[in-house]
Amino acid sequence: MSELLLICLASPLAAVTAIAFGAPARKSALIAALVSLIGTLVLAINFDPTASGYQFVTETEPLALDSFFNIQFAVGLDGINLPLVLLTSVVGLAAILAVPSRISSEENQAGEGGYFINLLLILFGAMGAFASLDLFYLYIFHEVALIPTFLLMGYWGNGDKRFSATQLALYLMTGSLILLGGIFAFYFSMPEGMQTMDLREMEAVMDGKAQSAVLPLLVVGFGILVSLFPFHSWAPSAYANSPAPVAMLHAGVLKKFGIYGLLRLAVPFLPEGMESWTNVFCVLLLMNVLYVGLVTIHQKKLDFLLGYSSVMHMGYLFLGLFSMKAIGLSGVILLMVGHGLSTALLFGLAGEIRDRAGTLEFSKLGGLATKAPLLSFLFIIGAMASIGLPGLANFSGEILIYFGAWEAGLYWVTAMSVLGIVISAVYMLRAVRSVFYGELSPESGRVNDLVQWKERIPYLILVVGLILVGIYPKLILKWSETLFGA
Amino acid sequence: MNWLILLPPLLAAIVITLFTRPFPKLSSYISIAACLVSAVGSGILLFSDQASGMLDWEWMNLPGLRITIGAMGDPLARMMLVVVTWVGLLIHFFSLGYMAKDPGKARFFAQLSLFMFSMIGIVLANNLVMMFIFWELVGLSSYLLIGFWFQRPAAAEASKKAFIVNRVGDFGFLLGILGVWATFGTVDFAELEKVISNGVGANPITQGGLMLMALGLFMGCMGKSAQFPLHVWLPDAMEGPTPVSALIHAATMVAAGVYMLCRVFFILDLSPAALQVIAWIGMGTALFAAVIATRQNDIKRILAYSTLSQLGYMVSAVGMAGAIEHPEYGTTAAMYHLTTHAFFKALLFLGAGSVIHSLHHEQNIWKMGGLIKKMPVTGWTFVIGTLALMGCPYITAGFWSKEAILAVALEANPVLCILGFVTALLTSFYMTRLVIVAFFGQPRGDEVEHAHESPLVMTVPLVLLAIPSLIAGYLHIDQFIAGGKVEHHVDFLLLGGSFVVFAGGLAAGWYVYWQKNEEPLTFGFLKLAENKFYFDELYAATIVRGQDLLAQAMAWFDQWIIGAVLVRGVGATAGLLGQCFRLFQNGMIQTYAWIFLLGVLLLCLVMGVLS
Repeated sequence: MSELLLICLASPLAAVTAIAFGAPARKSALIAALVSLIGTLVLAINFDPTASGYQFVTETEPLALDSFFNIQFAVGLDGINLPLVLLTSVVGLAAILAVPSRISSEENQAGEGGYFINLLLILFGAMGAFASLDLFYLYIFHEVALIPTFLLMGYWGNGDKRFSATQLALYLMTGSLILLGGIFAFYFSMPEGMQTMDLREMEAVMDGKAQSAVLPLLVVGFGILVSLFPFHSWAPSAYANSPAPVAMLHAGVLKKFGIYGLLRLAVPFLPEGMESWTNVFCVLLLMNVLYVGLVTIHQKKLDFLLGYSSVMHMGYLFLGLFSMKAIGLSGVILLMVGHGLSTALLFGLAGEIRDRAGTLEFSKLGGLATKAPLLSFLFIIGAMASIGLPGLANFSGEILIYFGAWEAGLYWVTAMSVLGIVISAVYMLRAVRSVFYGELSPESGRVNDLVQWKERIPYLILVVGLILVGIYPKLILKWSETLFGA
Repeated sequence: MNWLILLPPLLAAIVITLFTRPFPKLSSYISIAACLVSAVGSGILLFSDQASGMLDWEWMNLPGLRITIGAMGDPLARMMLVVVTWVGLLIHFFSLGYMAKDPGKARFFAQLSLFMFSMIGIVLANNLVMMFIFWELVGLSSYLLIGFWFQRPAAAEASKKAFIVNRVGDFGFLLGILGVWATFGTVDFAELEKVISNGVGANPITQGGLMLMALGLFMGCMGKSAQFPLHVWLPDAMEGPTPVSALIHAATMVAAGVYMLCRVFFILDLSPAALQVIAWIGMGTALFAAVIATRQNDIKRILAYSTLSQLGYMVSAVGMAGAIEHPEYGTTAAMYHLTTHAFFKALLFLGAGSVIHSLHHEQNIWKMGGLIKKMPVTGWTFVIGTLALMGCPYITAGFWSKEAILAVALEANPVLCILGFVTALLTSFYMTRLVIVAFFGQPRGDEVEHAHESPLVMTVPLVLLAIPSLIAGYLHIDQFIAGGKVEHHVDFLLLGGSFVVFAGGLAAGWYVYWQKNEEPLTFGFLKLAENKFYFDELYAATIVRGQDLLAQAMAWFDQWIIGAVLVRGVGATAGLLGQCFRLFQNGMIQTYAWIFLLGVLLLCLVMGVLS
């Protein structure tokens, strides 16, 4: 069974090689994504929620760097990263299936290979980052996923793509560097003899002072990757200007890396650090929810609105983290999954609309529900998930986060975060109103519905995921029941 | 049994959405069949002595927080279930006729079924989180149904407004739930009751805290039951198809707030101050809406304001329950009025729907007139509903339930009681106005000349609703809800007062409006009422405008301060940016990206060697 995890991880890489040697790009990518998805599903079914520690572990011999850092390639799954690996393969498949018309058009046949190679590399990097048990690899895999993101955005993006790609690269590079510093600080702050890069061997042995010193580096480093206020400026324009599948993968999956990192390192090993910095970061996360929420209300284009909305919801994830309670942390895992699915769904469908109507400006769209009922139906499901409607995955996560934060005594922060349910309803329903309701505009008249099954499937997969997790959150919660010292 | 009540409508909604959407007739039958199963199930449940439900499905279980999808089986829930499903069933039938030619018929019935499912969920809820879940789902179905004709800008705006205003209420509701959970350690109603009656909370809480908690829960009710100042969405919600107005925005959903208050009364009861607030807001809404109702010309809007007003009565009754000797009489009175109101208000709305249907969507009462001769069944059942709403003594159900509320008010607070009577007087007046202008006098306009009675599928539900509107007062509903403990004390002050306000309003309405072809009353103050006291304008100018200005300011700040100065202004970043742009000018983004990776790797190595 443990080889299966390696297969899931390696299959995108195998497809990249195959495409490089001339195999048909789209088919290879599809096969790789399917293999990963089926593999992770089998792993999920065989996962034993009662066992402690990592399962399906595969490791290699330590590298030559052993003497300094004992770096060792090792992958494995537990209740925290299993949902994320699953999310990666689900959204990965959807992203590979949702090919923008610009890529599939006749003139672009030559570029198709490059496009899919980069997409597969993102998938590979994201999988690796979540599955790795060694900090070094965790970090490197994330970098591997970032680079093709820049490339795809720069080549196949829309609008001011060059600028957005530059800004994204600069920002995330800065974040990564700070993070790297944080990881080293984390490593060296552990007592002599206890220093390790291996997640399995780490113990909560750092003294309080060192924790408080290391924590901000980690939170800021990871935070930049997750668009924590005030380091969020890269996100909206990057998502708006990148091809839809890239936004699906980055906003839906890769961005969660930051939260995942904190869940892995800060929560278990730096609890005192978390506590001493709670006030500062609570202010920042409230800015994510309230300030960014307000900025979202003012957006005039659907893609920017979705970008900002995605930034806003990161505030909830931070709230869950800083609650440091089993309930809140379970909520974080659920919301990561829910947000990943719903964001991917919304960005993907927005991409379909842009492809057909040629614009995403609210003033030019309207009445789409008349012309494209299925597309509208799916989008409204995504919108409802995103504003936390029960029955869809996001709600289960959000409500647990509120409960957890309240339990932690963060009353005012929670109360103000809950205001987010009003703010998000305001901007999302305005968007739905302008794009789908009302009279049909000329631009909307150009939008055909998702008529072919191959156009529908990517979004149907995501919708099914949202509903399954929403109705039966135990699917995911049961994996993490034994964690968080409950 | 409970599964059998809850799930069929959900199943119907799913089946219609996925499979039978191209077949509107079949879809409507599926929806009706599902509602019928639920209705029969609740009927059986009403007479069975099942103490609590069999439904118990664990949704989540985390340390200190167990959330189930379960069911309450107490009289409160059983009574409410019957009201919801049977009124719902009649409205389903009525919709067959009303929506017969609408191209979106299948979608309509799917959404109606979704609503039934959510509403039944609220009624069955055995814990606060489950209630919140279905609370939100009801909000969704209401949003979808108000915006059913989404091509119309007015409907699109109204649906959005309803959802957002409800969300404001839900914000408080959710905080209230969090407070309850943190204080008493559970969200389950039965456990909460046990904890509270034993007087031990998991955590200490101040009186102020209790008040905030109770008011939080009440905010949920303010949203859903459209109490002042969150009342603004309900009149606009009339943009939805009329059967929807009858079912959701008159008989059931808007009553959910009152139901919730009764359900959590033992928590609210911990804070007398909060109950005071609830009593005053309720009665204030009752009076305020009644004043507005006297000046509306759209038949559905008159009924909408009347709904607001009657809901105010019920809410107030719950609030006043804290100040009387037997608090359960207060909640019983509220539920009693909720039940009778569901019958006669559904009747009135369906009657209005029948008229609107026949007049090709004319809703202005001044363009009607003389309809009683053209549409006798609709007309006379409408008169019955009106009499019930006005509280016609002895022969209508509305009289008894209103009497129960006024009795509570008399004991609790004389001022509130007087306000209650004034509201009743106004109610009698505006309903007389409505009936006389729309149904009597001369026909005004061609549409009226050509009006004809609606088909049987629409008139039979009217008749079936007219019966309980008359006799429900003799069915001992109040005793059923309270468990057989309500004493009828005949107070001549109350009886006399009720009779006077009923007759007074009727006479005044008759005197002013008989045989009039246009509004005879025109003086200054009435202009205010006509414009709903300018609350829509006030909110638009303050809250909406303020929020938009703030959003604009924040967006500007984000773009030019955070996005530009703060980020790109930092020296080091600026330097890198310059280099970067040079690279891009050569079109070498990929070069840059690879250099970046190389740099990172190099850095790792260096750090490694250094250590």
